[in-house]
Amino acid sequence: MAASRRQRLGLWLVLCTCLLTAAAAVDADNDDVQVSGTGHDNAAGGPTVPPGTGEQGAGRTPETEDRRWEATQEEVEVVEEVQQAGDQDQDRVVDPPSEPPSRDDFKEELVIRPLHSGDVYASFQFRTVWDTDFLGGHKVSHYRLFPKSLGQVITKFSVRELHISFTQGYWRTMQWGQPYLPSPPGAELWVWFQDTVTDVDGTWKELTNVLSGIFCASLNFIDSTNTVQPSASFKPLGIGNVTDHRFLRYATLPREIVCTENLTPWKKLLPCGSKAGLSVLLKSEKLFHSTFHSQAVHVRPVCQDPHCKTTSLELRQTLNVVFDLHTSGQGKREWSLFKMFSRTLTEACPLASSSKVYIDVTDNPQGEQFDLSPATPLLSQAGVLGDRRTYSVYDLTQQATFGPTRSLNTLLRWKSPEGDMQGPLLHSERYVAGYGLQTGEIHTLMYNNHPYRAFPVLLLSTVPWYLRLYIHTLTVTSKGKDNKPSYIHYQPSKDRERPHLLEMLLQLPPNSVTEVTVEFERALLKWTEYTPDPNHGFYVGSSVISALVPSVVAMDTNSTLERPLFNSFFPCKEETSYFMRIYTEPLLVNLPTPDFSMPYNVICLTCTVVAVGYGSLYNLLTRTFQVEEPSPGLAKRIANVIRRMRGVPPL
Amino acid sequence: MAAPLTLLLIVAVTIRAALFRSSLADLISERVEVVSPLNAWKRVVEGLALLDLEISPYSGDVFHETPLVIYLFHFLVDYAEVTFMLADCLTAVALYLAVKDYNKQVFRKQRYALEADRYPMDCLELIRSPKEMYYIPLKVAMFYLLNPFTILSCVAKCTCGLNNAVIALFILSTIKGSALLSAIFLALATYQSIYPLTLCVPALLYLLQRLYIPVNVQRSSFWLYTLQYLFMFLGSLFILVGLSFFLLGSWDFLPAVYGFILSVPDLTPNIGLFWYFFAEMFDHFRLFFLCVFQINVFFYTLPLSIKLKEHPVFLIFMQIALIAIFKSYPTVGDLSLYLAFLPVWNHLYRFLRNIFLVSCVLLACSALFPVLWHLWIYAGSANSNFYYAITLLFSVAQILLVSDYFYAFLRREHHLINGLYLKKKDGSEATLVLK
Repeated sequence: MAASRRQRLGLWLVLCTCLLTAAAAVDADNDDVQVSGTGHDNAAGGPTVPPGTGEQGAGRTPETEDRRWEATQEEVEVVEEVQQAGDQDQDRVVDPPSEPPSRDDFKEELVIRPLHSGDVYASFQFRTVWDTDFLGGHKVSHYRLFPKSLGQVITKFSVRELHISFTQGYWRTMQWGQPYLPSPPGAELWVWFQDTVTDVDGTWKELTNVLSGIFCASLNFIDSTNTVQPSASFKPLGIGNVTDHRFLRYATLPREIVCTENLTPWKKLLPCGSKAGLSVLLKSEKLFHSTFHSQAVHVRPVCQDPHCKTTSLELRQTLNVVFDLHTSGQGKREWSLFKMFSRTLTEACPLASSSKVYIDVTDNPQGEQFDLSPATPLLSQAGVLGDRRTYSVYDLTQQATFGPTRSLNTLLRWKSPEGDMQGPLLHSERYVAGYGLQTGEIHTLMYNNHPYRAFPVLLLSTVPWYLRLYIHTLTVTSKGKDNKPSYIHYQPSKDRERPHLLEMLLQLPPNSVTEVTVEFERALLKWTEYTPDPNHGFYVGSSVISALVPSVVAMDTNSTLERPLFNSFFPCKEETSYFMRIYTEPLLVNLPTPDFSMPYNVICLTCTVVAVGYGSLYNLLTRTFQVEEPSPGLAKRIANVIRRMRGVPPL
Repeated sequence: MAAPLTLLLIVAVTIRAALFRSSLADLISERVEVVSPLNAWKRVVEGLALLDLEISPYSGDVFHETPLVIYLFHFLVDYAEVTFMLADCLTAVALYLAVKDYNKQVFRKQRYALEADRYPMDCLELIRSPKEMYYIPLKVAMFYLLNPFTILSCVAKCTCGLNNAVIALFILSTIKGSALLSAIFLALATYQSIYPLTLCVPALLYLLQRLYIPVNVQRSSFWLYTLQYLFMFLGSLFILVGLSFFLLGSWDFLPAVYGFILSVPDLTPNIGLFWYFFAEMFDHFRLFFLCVFQINVFFYTLPLSIKLKEHPVFLIFMQIALIAIFKSYPTVGDLSLYLAFLPVWNHLYRFLRNIFLVSCVLLACSALFPVLWHLWIYAGSANSNFYYAITLLFSVAQILLVSDYFYAFLRREHHLINGLYLKKKDGSEATLVLK
């Protein structure tokens, strides 16, 4: 029986390969159609492939022959199944041709910015846009470039927007300027659900657990004690002006350690995996040997066309890393792709419609600061973060970029020591003041370095319940004067249930420091509620400062214009200002601890005291006073016993 | 007698006013022995601030006062210091008047007994003379007003002072025989902190005794009066809770106040037995021990009322003391109320067995509390066990004190019936033992 099955399978395989090869020959001029066709096949076979495994990536390897072969095999399996199992999977097989092929598009990009501190900032962005109506509610089962594992999660939990980031290290705004995509240390997750979701908390709980599995992270530790619903700080970044923050959940895990096990699943979401394109540079041994590492996934609905009649789903995977090459580079100040990533670029991801490397050369207009090799004639200008920046562009889809060596290893060598850097317009600091383990004070300092313009900021602080905030001690001062927040949203904590949430809208006067202080009390917890290293302290997640900062140059408000990816994440509505979000340092706070070795002793001792109380009262309640009659001595008692036996009266 | 009392009040107010103005006030109001999460002034202010932000004060876990207190301070927040001083003075005056009246009755009873020749001949030295009883009310007021615990509690603006005032007014109205007022104040005290519920029994016993209604379950007059009193008590309690509901518009305060008292979620250290025990408790036994510890407060009411049914005022004292020892968030303010009654039991002094030891332990513990707290929380050179040990010792000392007074009281009663100098059968001097 088995032999005959194998025979039949072989027959089908040969037959289908022939058929498909013929079809490919016919459609050879229209590659797009061909690719989406194979995608359908791939998706149809999808359910047999576990979501998020390497096979999906492998199915899209650049060699057409290879891809075709894999796809064919999967189709054979499906047909086989149909033969074997009758109508079991019929709709799955029948469905694909009936639906119109949805268009998807993948772009990848790497931006390298030499920082003034001598470090190098590399920011990868991978964007998949899929023209499908995900939010409509009907079931989508065909995936091409969009990772199926994520797509299924988004459909199942009716997610409108999902933003998740894992960060190791703290972004030093003061030294490094603004990142293209900010993220707090640890893990951050915020999700907008669709308004059809009834049990948002339950869905959120399930979603975090599923994401925990997908990203191999401790997101399952997100529960009601660290989840909040910010009222103003986290507006949807995609289209749709949902304002009801009942459908928003925000949580951070400041303690989360990010490492290889989080990078691997993240890379698997990419269409080319780590096989081709920019993602070959993502080798964990180098990425995690850095000062700052942040990887993120952003899913949001975006407009398909300028009129925004239809929406598409955008998946943006970003990875930001800061290398400290200055100190580790043996005194020489130079870097190259190979030095940073121990790999060079040899090709673009074949599935990408655009694949570019940008290098920020704004500070080097005439080449007096550093040498860039190989030189590129392509330059690009963009208004980024309120400033006009110039970039050298390497287009990886052009074969000429790789030159005769067939590899691109961009090298940058400094000629003179760095120039001075213009400080960021907005930055912040946060620390805990006070001594002892009873009370304390959280200070948040926000610096507005703009010489003459004030601007508003939204400050969001989430403080765990075991630091009991006293909102009446909240003071906001700028330039020595009281600065009354124009909007305060405060949600007090519930023990073991939910954290404190403090959101306020503040106006930062020009050239000033605004200090926000609030007192708290440290709670004594149950001994099982402490972490295994209780004297290390407890983390308090970063505060989030969202601001509309006045820009130096006019910003581009035309959202439909083709822009580099790193510049198109936050929607820009005004020309004169740009949106900026910065995260403060997370705090480490010590709490008083009980003696962990004592539970039995404490239970015994306290119960003893209660028993002393009970015993002495019981004694007095049940007994009465009586005159003490001394009992006769032992010898006398024995004598009396003997005398009774003898029948003589006792003594 | 009015002049010394006035003088005492002036001295007490002066001390408090001076401390309010000094830098010590902030220090005192942070002490965990003086304020608990239930009655800290900081939390009252926080509740008011939340009200100002139009957030229900009970939506968080910081505020645990009853709605009436927050509305009281909504108007009086600027006069808080005066309010707390007034509350203390009110308590002292109420206790003064109550004890004065009580002493009169004790004396009258004693005279009847003497005239009826009910005391044995050798008991004359146990008979209390009006001369020694004269200064007792003043001493009670003094014990309350000049007790360092009361002063600390007042300077910290601990709302425990208000509860004490309510309980003192309840005692006064009970001793004066006003059943309605007694029920109302008892309801108010119960509304504030559940535990005074147990004072219902002694109040009822006292009022019955005053009306010469014997405690006899077969008598309809007994049942009639009991039901009447309970109706007044429960009725006013119901009105208070209903009023809170209408002030607040929700029932949020029930779990936030009473749930908080009964389930002890906040383990901030205090002088009681609960905090460390439940911090170190295994989770699956938590509910069981919570029930055991809470029942402990109410548990003694019935046996004590049977044993002391002839002496309801001593029963009130015992109950207040037991509440102060075994309640979930005790503060030194709770202690000061029952310590104020000690001069009333002056005549028991000769029968106390270990008053010296107990007073030494109480004094030493009071001094060691801040020291060990500092070592644990600020210096980091001690750990929680040190502070816990002192709270244990403090509780033991209080238990010994209360049981010692109970013993002395029972012994005196025994002597008043059987004579002071007991003889054995052979005529030698006998010793009394509990059997």
